[in-house]
Amino acid sequence: MGKIIVMTSGKGGVGKTTSSAAFATGLALRGFKTVVIDFDVGLRNLDLVMGCERRVVFDFINVINGEAKLNQALVKDKRVDNLYILPTSQTRDKDALTKEGVERILNELSKEFDYIVCDSPAGIERGALMALYFADHAVIVTNPEVSSVRDSDRILGVLNSKSRRAEKGLEPVTQQLLLTRYDPERVERGEMLKVDDVLEILAIPLLGVIPESQAVLRASNIGMPVILDENSNAGQAYLDAVGRFLGEEVEHRFTSAQKKGLFSRLLRRTA
Amino acid sequence: MVAVSANQVAERDAPFQLRGNSFTMMVLKVLDPASPNFFPALAGKVRQAPNFFRHAPIVLDFDELPAHAPEVDVAAFVDKVREQYLLPVGFQGGPAPVQEQALALGLVPMPTGRATKLELARPVDSSGQPVAPPPEPVFRPAMMVTEPVRSGQQIYAAGTDLIIAAPVSHGAEVLADGNIHVYGALRGRALAGLAGDNNARIFCQSLEAEVVSIAGLYRVSEDLDQSVLKKAVQIRLNDGFLHIEPL
Repeated sequence: MGKIIVMTSGKGGVGKTTSSAAFATGLALRGFKTVVIDFDVGLRNLDLVMGCERRVVFDFINVINGEAKLNQALVKDKRVDNLYILPTSQTRDKDALTKEGVERILNELSKEFDYIVCDSPAGIERGALMALYFADHAVIVTNPEVSSVRDSDRILGVLNSKSRRAEKGLEPVTQQLLLTRYDPERVERGEMLKVDDVLEILAIPLLGVIPESQAVLRASNIGMPVILDENSNAGQAYLDAVGRFLGEEVEHRFTSAQKKGLFSRLLRRTA
Repeated sequence: MVAVSANQVAERDAPFQLRGNSFTMMVLKVLDPASPNFFPALAGKVRQAPNFFRHAPIVLDFDELPAHAPEVDVAAFVDKVREQYLLPVGFQGGPAPVQEQALALGLVPMPTGRATKLELARPVDSSGQPVAPPPEPVFRPAMMVTEPVRSGQQIYAAGTDLIIAAPVSHGAEVLADGNIHVYGALRGRALAGLAGDNNARIFCQSLEAEVVSIAGLYRVSEDLDQSVLKKAVQIRLNDGFLHIEPL
Protein backbone atom coordinates (compact mmCIF):
# COMPACT_ATOMS: atom_id res chain seq x y z
CA MET A 1 0.00 0.00 0.00
CA GLY A 2 1.32 3.38 -1.00
CA LYS A 3 1.72 6.18 1.52
CA ILE A 4 -0.19 9.40 0.96
CA ILE A 5 1.70 12.64 1.67
CA VAL A 6 0.00 16.02 1.58
CA MET A 7 1.95 19.25 1.03
CA THR A 8 -0.14 21.90 2.68
CA SER A 9 0.17 25.34 4.26
CA GLY A 10 -3.08 27.26 4.49
CA LYS A 11 -1.42 30.33 3.03
CA GLY A 12 -0.76 30.73 -0.67
CA GLY A 13 2.56 31.43 -2.33
CA VAL A 14 4.75 29.79 0.29
CA GLY A 15 6.11 27.05 -1.98
CA LYS A 16 3.69 24.10 -1.84
CA THR A 17 3.91 23.31 -5.54
CA THR A 18 7.68 23.83 -5.69
CA SER A 19 8.07 21.57 -2.66
CA SER A 20 5.63 18.95 -4.00
CA ALA A 21 7.55 18.76 -7.27
CA ALA A 22 10.92 18.62 -5.52
CA PHE A 23 9.80 16.11 -2.90
CA ALA A 24 8.15 13.75 -5.34
CA THR A 25 11.20 13.89 -7.60
CA GLY A 26 13.47 13.25 -4.61
CA LEU A 27 11.49 10.17 -3.59
CA ALA A 28 11.61 8.87 -7.16
CA LEU A 29 15.37 9.48 -7.29
CA ARG A 30 15.64 7.18 -4.27
CA GLY A 31 13.94 4.47 -6.28
CA PHE A 32 10.40 4.77 -4.94
CA LYS A 33 7.60 4.71 -7.46
CA THR A 34 6.01 8.10 -6.89
CA VAL A 35 3.10 10.08 -8.26
CA VAL A 36 2.40 13.76 -7.58
CA ILE A 37 -1.19 15.00 -7.87
CA ASP A 38 -2.29 18.58 -8.44
CA PHE A 39 -5.34 19.35 -6.24
CA ASP A 40 -5.43 23.02 -7.25
CA VAL A 41 -8.35 22.61 -9.65
CA GLY A 42 -8.78 25.69 -11.83
CA LEU A 43 -5.30 27.06 -11.03
CA ARG A 44 -3.21 24.32 -12.53
CA ASN A 45 0.53 24.91 -11.98
CA LEU A 46 2.19 21.65 -11.07
CA ASP A 47 2.50 20.55 -14.72
CA LEU A 48 4.41 23.79 -15.45
CA VAL A 49 6.80 23.32 -12.55
CA MET A 50 7.33 19.71 -13.62
CA GLY A 51 7.75 20.76 -17.25
CA CYS A 52 5.12 18.40 -18.65
CA GLU A 53 2.40 20.91 -19.56
CA ARG A 54 2.60 20.11 -23.26
CA ARG A 55 1.88 16.44 -22.72
CA VAL A 56 -1.35 16.77 -20.72
CA VAL A 57 -4.36 15.22 -22.47
CA PHE A 58 -6.62 14.00 -19.69
CA ASP A 59 -6.57 15.13 -16.08
CA PHE A 60 -7.50 14.24 -12.49
CA ILE A 61 -11.06 15.54 -12.89
CA ASN A 62 -11.59 13.54 -16.09
CA VAL A 63 -10.65 10.43 -14.14
CA ILE A 64 -12.93 11.34 -11.20
CA ASN A 65 -15.82 11.81 -13.64
CA GLY A 66 -15.05 8.53 -15.41
CA GLU A 67 -14.24 10.32 -18.66
CA ALA A 68 -10.77 8.83 -18.83
CA LYS A 69 -8.80 5.93 -17.35
CA LEU A 70 -6.18 6.67 -14.71
CA ASN A 71 -3.39 5.44 -16.97
CA GLN A 72 -4.49 7.85 -19.68
CA ALA A 73 -4.19 10.81 -17.33
CA LEU A 74 -0.89 9.89 -15.65
CA VAL A 75 2.05 11.68 -17.28
CA LYS A 76 5.42 9.95 -16.99
CA ASP A 77 8.35 12.21 -16.17
CA LYS A 78 11.03 12.26 -18.86
CA ARG A 79 14.00 12.85 -16.56
CA VAL A 80 13.40 10.58 -13.58
CA ASP A 81 12.27 6.97 -13.66
CA ASN A 82 9.45 5.97 -11.34
CA LEU A 83 8.01 9.50 -11.38
CA TYR A 84 4.51 10.31 -12.60
CA ILE A 85 2.39 13.45 -12.59
CA LEU A 86 -1.39 13.56 -12.35
CA PRO A 87 -2.28 17.07 -13.55
CA THR A 88 -5.56 18.76 -12.76
CA SER A 89 -8.16 20.62 -14.78
CA GLN A 90 -7.75 24.31 -15.52
CA THR A 91 -11.37 24.77 -16.59
CA ARG A 92 -13.24 23.24 -13.65
CA ASP A 93 -13.42 24.31 -10.02
CA LYS A 94 -12.89 22.69 -6.63
CA ASP A 95 -16.46 21.34 -6.51
CA ALA A 96 -15.37 18.76 -9.07
CA LEU A 97 -13.41 17.07 -6.26
CA THR A 98 -15.80 14.58 -4.68
CA LYS A 99 -14.75 12.61 -1.64
CA GLU A 100 -15.77 9.33 -3.28
CA GLY A 101 -13.98 10.19 -6.52
CA VAL A 102 -10.76 11.22 -4.78
CA GLU A 103 -10.85 8.13 -2.57
CA ARG A 104 -11.36 5.79 -5.53
CA ILE A 105 -8.38 7.25 -7.39
CA LEU A 106 -6.11 7.31 -4.34
CA ASN A 107 -7.00 3.67 -3.66
CA GLU A 108 -6.17 2.74 -7.22
CA LEU A 109 -2.88 4.66 -7.12
CA SER A 110 -1.81 3.23 -3.79
CA LYS A 111 -1.89 -0.28 -5.25
CA GLU A 112 0.71 0.71 -7.80
CA PHE A 113 2.78 3.47 -6.18
CA ASP A 114 4.97 3.67 -3.07
CA TYR A 115 4.29 7.35 -2.48
CA ILE A 116 1.44 9.61 -3.52
CA VAL A 117 2.25 13.29 -3.06
CA CYS A 118 -0.81 15.56 -2.95
CA ASP A 119 -0.11 19.19 -3.86
CA SER A 120 -2.75 21.12 -1.92
CA PRO A 121 -4.23 24.44 -2.98
CA ALA A 122 -4.13 27.36 -0.52
CA GLY A 123 -7.01 27.95 1.86
CA ILE A 124 -9.01 25.64 4.10
CA GLU A 125 -11.86 25.04 1.70
CA ARG A 126 -12.86 22.07 -0.39
CA GLY A 127 -9.66 21.77 -2.46
CA ALA A 128 -7.37 21.86 0.57
CA LEU A 129 -9.68 19.59 2.59
CA MET A 130 -9.77 16.98 -0.17
CA ALA A 131 -5.98 17.12 -0.55
CA LEU A 132 -5.40 16.43 3.13
CA TYR A 133 -8.38 14.22 3.94
CA PHE A 134 -6.81 10.87 3.03
CA ALA A 135 -3.24 11.75 4.04
CA ASP A 136 -0.96 9.53 6.13
CA HIS A 137 1.76 12.18 6.37
CA ALA A 138 1.52 15.94 6.20
CA VAL A 139 4.37 18.24 5.26
CA ILE A 140 3.53 21.74 6.44
CA VAL A 141 5.15 24.27 4.14
CA THR A 142 5.75 27.53 5.99
CA ASN A 143 7.62 30.78 5.37
CA PRO A 144 9.42 32.44 8.28
CA GLU A 145 6.82 35.18 8.75
CA VAL A 146 3.90 35.51 11.14
CA SER A 147 0.93 35.22 8.80
CA SER A 148 2.29 32.05 7.20
CA VAL A 149 3.00 30.55 10.62
CA ARG A 150 -0.49 31.33 11.84
CA ASP A 151 -2.09 29.80 8.74
CA SER A 152 0.07 26.71 9.16
CA ASP A 153 -1.14 26.46 12.73
CA ARG A 154 -4.70 26.63 11.45
CA ILE A 155 -4.12 23.88 8.91
CA LEU A 156 -2.58 21.70 11.64
CA GLY A 157 -5.83 22.11 13.55
CA VAL A 158 -7.78 21.10 10.46
CA LEU A 159 -5.57 18.00 10.05
CA ASN A 160 -6.24 17.06 13.65
CA SER A 161 -9.99 17.39 13.31
CA LYS A 162 -11.09 16.93 9.71
CA SER A 163 -8.76 14.36 8.16
CA ARG A 164 -9.92 10.79 7.62
CA ARG A 165 -7.57 9.56 10.33
CA ALA A 166 -9.02 12.07 12.81
CA GLU A 167 -12.63 11.28 11.90
CA LYS A 168 -12.13 7.52 12.13
CA GLY A 169 -10.09 7.78 15.32
CA LEU A 170 -7.05 6.16 13.68
CA GLU A 171 -3.44 6.98 14.44
CA PRO A 172 -3.08 10.72 13.69
CA VAL A 173 -1.54 12.08 10.51
CA THR A 174 2.20 12.55 11.09
CA GLN A 175 3.15 16.21 10.74
CA GLN A 176 6.49 17.71 9.79
CA LEU A 177 7.58 21.25 9.08
CA LEU A 178 9.29 22.37 5.90
CA LEU A 179 10.47 25.94 6.37
CA THR A 180 10.92 27.49 2.94
CA ARG A 181 12.35 30.77 1.60
CA TYR A 182 14.58 31.03 4.66
CA ASP A 183 17.10 33.84 4.41
CA PRO A 184 19.63 33.58 7.27
CA GLU A 185 20.96 37.09 6.64
CA ARG A 186 17.51 38.62 6.96
CA VAL A 187 16.91 36.50 10.05
CA GLU A 188 20.09 37.95 11.55
CA ARG A 189 18.82 41.43 10.82
CA GLY A 190 15.60 40.56 12.61
CA GLU A 191 13.48 40.82 9.46
CA MET A 192 12.42 37.17 9.49
CA LEU A 193 11.44 34.69 12.16
CA LYS A 194 14.15 32.30 13.33
CA VAL A 195 13.77 28.55 12.86
CA ASP A 196 13.38 28.19 16.62
CA ASP A 197 10.65 30.85 16.77
CA VAL A 198 8.60 28.96 14.20
CA LEU A 199 9.20 25.60 15.88
CA GLU A 200 8.17 27.02 19.23
CA ILE A 201 4.82 28.15 17.86
CA LEU A 202 4.01 25.17 15.66
CA ALA A 203 5.49 22.50 17.95
CA ILE A 204 6.05 19.89 15.23
CA PRO A 205 9.28 18.20 14.09
CA LEU A 206 11.45 20.01 11.54
CA LEU A 207 11.79 18.18 8.24
CA GLY A 208 13.98 20.76 6.59
CA VAL A 209 14.89 24.37 5.99
CA ILE A 210 14.98 25.43 2.35
CA PRO A 211 17.05 28.59 1.87
CA GLU A 212 15.78 31.45 -0.24
CA SER A 213 17.45 30.85 -3.60
CA GLN A 214 17.47 32.23 -7.12
CA ALA A 215 17.63 28.65 -8.28
CA VAL A 216 13.97 28.04 -7.33
CA LEU A 217 12.53 30.62 -9.71
CA ARG A 218 15.03 29.65 -12.40
CA ALA A 219 14.03 26.00 -12.11
CA SER A 220 10.30 26.80 -12.14
CA ASN A 221 10.66 28.87 -15.28
CA ILE A 222 12.31 26.07 -17.20
CA GLY A 223 9.94 23.47 -15.79
CA MET A 224 12.48 21.53 -13.78
CA PRO A 225 12.05 20.53 -10.12
CA VAL A 226 14.74 22.46 -8.21
CA ILE A 227 15.92 19.28 -6.49
CA LEU A 228 17.52 18.30 -9.83
CA ASP A 229 19.74 21.40 -9.58
CA GLU A 230 22.21 19.73 -7.26
CA ASN A 231 24.56 22.71 -7.30
CA SER A 232 21.99 24.95 -5.68
CA ASN A 233 21.51 25.30 -1.92
CA ALA A 234 17.77 24.83 -2.35
CA GLY A 235 18.24 21.63 -4.34
CA GLN A 236 20.60 20.20 -1.72
CA ALA A 237 18.26 21.22 1.07
CA TYR A 238 15.40 19.33 -0.59
CA LEU A 239 17.63 16.26 -1.01
CA ASP A 240 18.42 16.44 2.72
CA ALA A 241 14.73 16.79 3.58
CA VAL A 242 13.81 13.74 1.53
CA GLY A 243 16.54 11.79 3.36
CA ARG A 244 15.12 12.88 6.71
CA PHE A 245 11.63 11.95 5.58
CA LEU A 246 12.92 8.45 4.89
CA GLY A 247 14.28 8.30 8.43
CA GLU A 248 17.92 9.21 7.83
CA GLU A 249 19.86 11.41 10.22
CA VAL A 250 20.92 14.44 8.21
CA GLU A 251 22.29 17.55 9.84
CA HIS A 252 20.44 20.80 9.06
CA ARG A 253 22.29 23.15 6.72
CA PHE A 254 21.75 26.66 5.36
CA THR A 255 20.27 27.95 8.62
CA SER A 256 22.99 30.46 9.47
CA ALA A 257 24.48 33.29 7.46
CA GLN A 258 27.77 32.48 5.71
CA LYS A 259 30.76 34.59 6.61
CA LYS A 260 32.09 35.87 3.31
CA GLY A 261 35.78 35.42 4.27
CA LEU A 262 38.45 34.18 1.90
CA PHE A 263 38.99 31.12 4.06
CA SER A 264 35.37 29.99 3.99
CA ARG A 265 35.15 30.69 0.28
CA LEU A 266 38.13 28.42 -0.35
CA LEU A 267 36.64 25.81 1.93
CA ARG A 268 33.33 25.87 0.15
CA ARG A 269 34.93 25.40 -3.23
CA THR A 270 36.71 22.28 -2.10
CA ALA A 271 33.78 20.94 -0.11
CA MET B 1 -62.11 63.22 19.94
CA VAL B 2 -61.21 59.89 21.46
CA ALA B 3 -59.47 59.86 24.78
CA VAL B 4 -56.29 57.89 24.77
CA SER B 5 -54.70 56.82 28.00
CA ALA B 6 -51.06 57.60 28.61
CA ASN B 7 -50.35 53.88 28.71
CA GLN B 8 -51.67 53.32 25.22
CA VAL B 9 -49.61 56.16 23.85
CA ALA B 10 -46.54 54.70 25.47
CA GLU B 11 -47.18 51.34 23.93
CA ARG B 12 -47.88 52.61 20.48
CA ASP B 13 -45.06 55.00 19.75
CA ALA B 14 -43.04 55.71 22.85
CA PRO B 15 -40.08 57.95 22.09
CA PHE B 16 -38.15 56.28 24.91
CA GLN B 17 -38.04 53.33 27.24
CA LEU B 18 -37.12 53.49 30.89
CA ARG B 19 -35.23 50.52 32.22
CA GLY B 20 -33.10 49.61 35.15
CA ASN B 21 -29.52 48.50 34.62
CA SER B 22 -26.48 48.11 36.80
CA PHE B 23 -22.94 49.13 35.94
CA THR B 24 -19.63 48.37 37.48
CA MET B 25 -17.71 51.54 38.21
CA MET B 26 -14.38 52.25 39.77
CA VAL B 27 -14.25 54.10 43.05
CA LEU B 28 -11.43 56.57 43.65
CA LYS B 29 -10.87 56.63 47.37
CA VAL B 30 -9.61 60.14 48.12
CA LEU B 31 -7.33 59.89 51.10
CA ASP B 32 -5.17 62.99 50.83
CA PRO B 33 -6.16 65.31 47.97
CA ALA B 34 -3.70 67.94 49.12
CA SER B 35 -0.71 65.66 48.66
CA PRO B 36 1.62 66.89 45.93
CA ASN B 37 1.97 63.23 44.89
CA PHE B 38 -1.74 62.73 44.32
CA PHE B 39 -1.99 63.59 40.64
CA PRO B 40 1.44 62.38 39.51
CA ALA B 41 0.59 59.01 41.13
CA LEU B 42 -2.85 58.96 39.50
CA ALA B 43 -1.31 59.78 36.10
CA GLY B 44 1.15 56.93 36.59
CA LYS B 45 -1.67 54.52 37.30
CA VAL B 46 -3.56 55.61 34.21
CA ARG B 47 -0.47 55.26 32.05
CA GLN B 48 -0.20 51.56 32.97
CA ALA B 49 -3.44 50.76 31.16
CA PRO B 50 -4.48 53.81 29.15
CA ASN B 51 -7.18 51.99 27.19
CA PHE B 52 -8.74 50.63 30.33
CA PHE B 53 -8.89 53.98 32.13
CA ARG B 54 -9.66 56.26 29.20
CA HIS B 55 -13.06 57.90 29.75
CA ALA B 56 -13.86 55.47 32.54
CA PRO B 57 -16.67 56.67 34.81
CA ILE B 58 -15.54 56.88 38.42
CA VAL B 59 -17.08 57.57 41.79
CA LEU B 60 -15.15 59.79 44.19
CA ASP B 61 -15.15 58.39 47.71
CA PHE B 62 -14.65 61.18 50.28
CA ASP B 63 -15.49 58.95 53.22
CA GLU B 64 -11.95 58.79 54.49
CA LEU B 65 -10.98 62.41 54.03
CA PRO B 66 -8.99 63.39 57.10
CA ALA B 67 -11.12 65.51 59.42
CA HIS B 68 -8.33 68.05 59.94
CA ALA B 69 -7.68 68.42 56.21
CA PRO B 70 -8.05 71.91 54.80
CA GLU B 71 -11.27 72.40 52.93
CA VAL B 72 -11.17 70.76 49.53
CA ASP B 73 -11.99 72.71 46.40
CA VAL B 74 -14.05 69.96 44.77
CA ALA B 75 -14.47 71.76 41.44
CA ALA B 76 -10.72 72.19 40.98
CA PHE B 77 -10.15 68.62 42.13
CA VAL B 78 -12.67 67.22 39.62
CA ASP B 79 -11.09 69.26 36.81
CA LYS B 80 -7.70 67.77 37.56
CA VAL B 81 -9.16 64.26 37.62
CA ARG B 82 -10.72 64.96 34.23
CA GLU B 83 -7.28 65.90 32.91
CA GLN B 84 -6.41 62.21 33.32
CA TYR B 85 -9.34 61.37 31.00
CA LEU B 86 -11.29 59.92 33.93
CA LEU B 87 -14.92 60.99 34.18
CA PRO B 88 -16.16 61.58 37.74
CA VAL B 89 -19.90 60.85 37.74
CA GLY B 90 -20.73 60.49 41.40
CA PHE B 91 -19.47 60.74 44.95
CA GLN B 92 -19.75 58.95 48.25
CA GLY B 93 -19.53 60.19 51.83
CA GLY B 94 -17.43 63.12 53.01
CA PRO B 95 -18.08 66.13 55.24
CA ALA B 96 -21.15 68.24 54.51
CA PRO B 97 -19.35 71.16 52.76
CA VAL B 98 -17.63 68.72 50.40
CA GLN B 99 -20.93 66.99 49.64
CA GLU B 100 -22.60 70.30 48.90
CA GLN B 101 -19.88 71.28 46.46
CA ALA B 102 -20.08 67.88 44.75
CA LEU B 103 -23.86 68.13 44.38
CA ALA B 104 -23.51 71.64 42.95
CA LEU B 105 -21.14 70.22 40.33
CA GLY B 106 -23.83 67.76 39.23
CA LEU B 107 -22.15 64.70 40.74
CA VAL B 108 -24.58 62.00 41.77
CA PRO B 109 -24.65 61.04 45.46
CA MET B 110 -24.09 57.27 45.54
CA PRO B 111 -25.15 55.10 48.46
CA THR B 112 -22.10 54.15 50.45
CA GLY B 113 -21.24 50.54 49.72
CA ARG B 114 -21.67 48.13 52.56
CA ALA B 115 -19.86 44.89 53.10
CA THR B 116 -22.19 42.08 52.10
CA LYS B 117 -23.48 40.08 54.99
CA LEU B 118 -21.75 36.77 55.27
CA GLU B 119 -24.88 34.83 56.13
CA LEU B 120 -27.54 35.23 53.51
CA ALA B 121 -31.11 34.89 54.61
CA ARG B 122 -32.35 31.46 53.69
CA PRO B 123 -35.06 31.67 51.05
CA VAL B 124 -38.51 30.92 52.34
CA ASP B 125 -41.21 29.38 50.21
CA SER B 126 -44.88 30.40 50.22
CA SER B 127 -45.81 27.94 52.98
CA GLY B 128 -43.32 29.61 55.28
CA GLN B 129 -41.01 26.59 55.40
CA PRO B 130 -37.35 27.14 54.62
CA VAL B 131 -36.42 25.82 51.20
CA ALA B 132 -34.04 22.88 51.20
CA PRO B 133 -30.43 23.96 50.69
CA PRO B 134 -29.11 23.43 47.15
CA PRO B 135 -27.68 19.95 46.59
CA GLU B 136 -23.96 19.47 47.06
CA PRO B 137 -22.18 19.93 43.73
CA VAL B 138 -21.33 16.66 42.05
CA PHE B 139 -17.65 16.12 41.23
CA ARG B 140 -17.03 16.88 37.59
CA PRO B 141 -13.59 15.89 36.40
CA ALA B 142 -11.64 18.58 34.59
CA MET B 143 -11.38 18.46 30.83
CA MET B 144 -7.88 17.41 29.83
CA VAL B 145 -6.24 18.41 26.56
CA THR B 146 -2.76 17.15 25.70
CA GLU B 147 -2.43 18.27 22.07
CA PRO B 148 -1.59 21.86 21.07
CA VAL B 149 -4.72 23.94 20.59
CA ARG B 150 -4.33 25.31 17.09
CA SER B 151 -5.42 28.58 15.52
CA GLY B 152 -9.15 28.45 14.75
CA GLN B 153 -9.88 25.70 17.28
CA GLN B 154 -12.26 26.31 20.14
CA ILE B 155 -12.37 24.19 23.28
CA TYR B 156 -15.04 24.64 25.92
CA ALA B 157 -15.03 22.86 29.27
CA ALA B 158 -18.69 23.12 30.26
CA GLY B 159 -19.31 23.12 33.98
CA THR B 160 -15.73 22.25 34.87
CA ASP B 161 -12.04 23.17 34.70
CA LEU B 162 -9.92 23.03 31.58
CA ILE B 163 -6.37 21.70 31.77
CA ILE B 164 -4.19 22.03 28.68
CA ALA B 165 -0.81 20.33 28.78
CA ALA B 166 0.33 22.00 25.53
CA PRO B 167 0.50 25.48 24.04
CA VAL B 168 -2.56 27.45 22.94
CA SER B 169 -1.88 29.14 19.59
CA HIS B 170 -2.75 32.60 18.34
CA GLY B 171 -6.31 32.55 17.07
CA ALA B 172 -7.34 29.62 19.28
CA GLU B 173 -10.01 30.02 21.94
CA VAL B 174 -10.16 28.11 25.23
CA LEU B 175 -13.24 28.49 27.41
CA ALA B 176 -14.26 27.04 30.76
CA ASP B 177 -16.96 27.56 33.34
CA GLY B 178 -14.24 26.83 35.88
CA ASN B 179 -10.49 27.51 35.93
CA ILE B 180 -8.16 27.30 32.95
CA HIS B 181 -4.67 25.87 33.32
CA VAL B 182 -2.26 26.06 30.42
CA TYR B 183 1.02 24.18 30.85
CA GLY B 184 2.62 25.92 27.89
CA ALA B 185 2.40 29.30 26.23
CA LEU B 186 -1.03 30.94 26.18
CA ARG B 187 -1.13 32.86 22.91
CA GLY B 188 -4.81 32.71 22.02
CA ARG B 189 -7.90 33.76 23.95
CA ALA B 190 -8.71 32.32 27.36
CA LEU B 191 -12.10 32.90 28.98
CA ALA B 192 -12.56 31.39 32.45
CA GLY B 193 -15.64 31.55 34.65
CA LEU B 194 -17.74 31.74 31.52
CA ALA B 195 -20.96 31.10 33.44
CA GLY B 196 -20.16 33.95 35.79
CA ASP B 197 -17.96 32.38 38.48
CA ASN B 198 -15.94 35.26 39.94
CA ASN B 199 -13.61 32.82 41.69
CA ALA B 200 -12.39 31.22 38.47
CA ARG B 201 -8.74 31.76 37.63
CA ILE B 202 -6.43 31.39 34.67
CA PHE B 203 -2.96 29.92 35.05
CA CYS B 204 -0.37 29.74 32.31
CA GLN B 205 3.36 29.24 31.90
CA SER B 206 3.86 32.07 29.46
CA LEU B 207 1.34 34.87 29.11
CA GLU B 208 1.17 35.98 25.46
CA ALA B 209 -2.61 35.94 25.22
CA GLU B 210 -4.73 37.94 22.82
CA VAL B 211 -7.52 38.22 25.37
CA VAL B 212 -7.96 36.97 28.93
CA SER B 213 -11.29 37.12 30.70
CA ILE B 214 -12.77 36.00 33.98
CA ALA B 215 -16.53 36.08 34.45
CA GLY B 216 -16.85 38.53 31.58
CA LEU B 217 -14.18 40.98 32.72
CA TYR B 218 -11.54 40.99 30.06
CA ARG B 219 -8.23 42.49 29.15
CA VAL B 220 -6.75 42.55 25.64
CA SER B 221 -3.09 41.95 24.94
CA GLU B 222 -2.46 45.62 24.24
CA ASP B 223 -3.33 46.38 27.85
CA LEU B 224 -1.17 43.67 29.38
CA ASP B 225 1.67 45.04 31.44
CA GLN B 226 5.16 44.46 30.05
CA SER B 227 6.23 43.03 33.39
CA VAL B 228 3.94 40.00 33.03
CA LEU B 229 4.36 39.34 29.30
CA LYS B 230 5.85 35.91 28.58
CA LYS B 231 5.86 35.18 32.32
CA ALA B 232 4.22 32.38 34.26
CA VAL B 233 1.21 34.04 35.86
CA GLN B 234 -2.12 33.53 37.47
CA ILE B 235 -5.04 35.78 36.65
CA ARG B 236 -7.85 36.28 39.12
CA LEU B 237 -10.69 38.62 39.85
CA ASN B 238 -10.56 40.74 42.98
CA ASP B 239 -12.74 43.75 43.83
CA GLY B 240 -14.03 43.78 40.28
CA PHE B 241 -10.54 44.00 38.76
CA LEU B 242 -8.45 41.48 36.89
CA HIS B 243 -5.25 40.86 38.75
CA ILE B 244 -2.33 39.36 36.89
CA GLU B 245 0.32 38.04 39.25
CA PRO B 246 3.60 36.27 38.51
CA LEU B 247 3.67 32.72 39.80
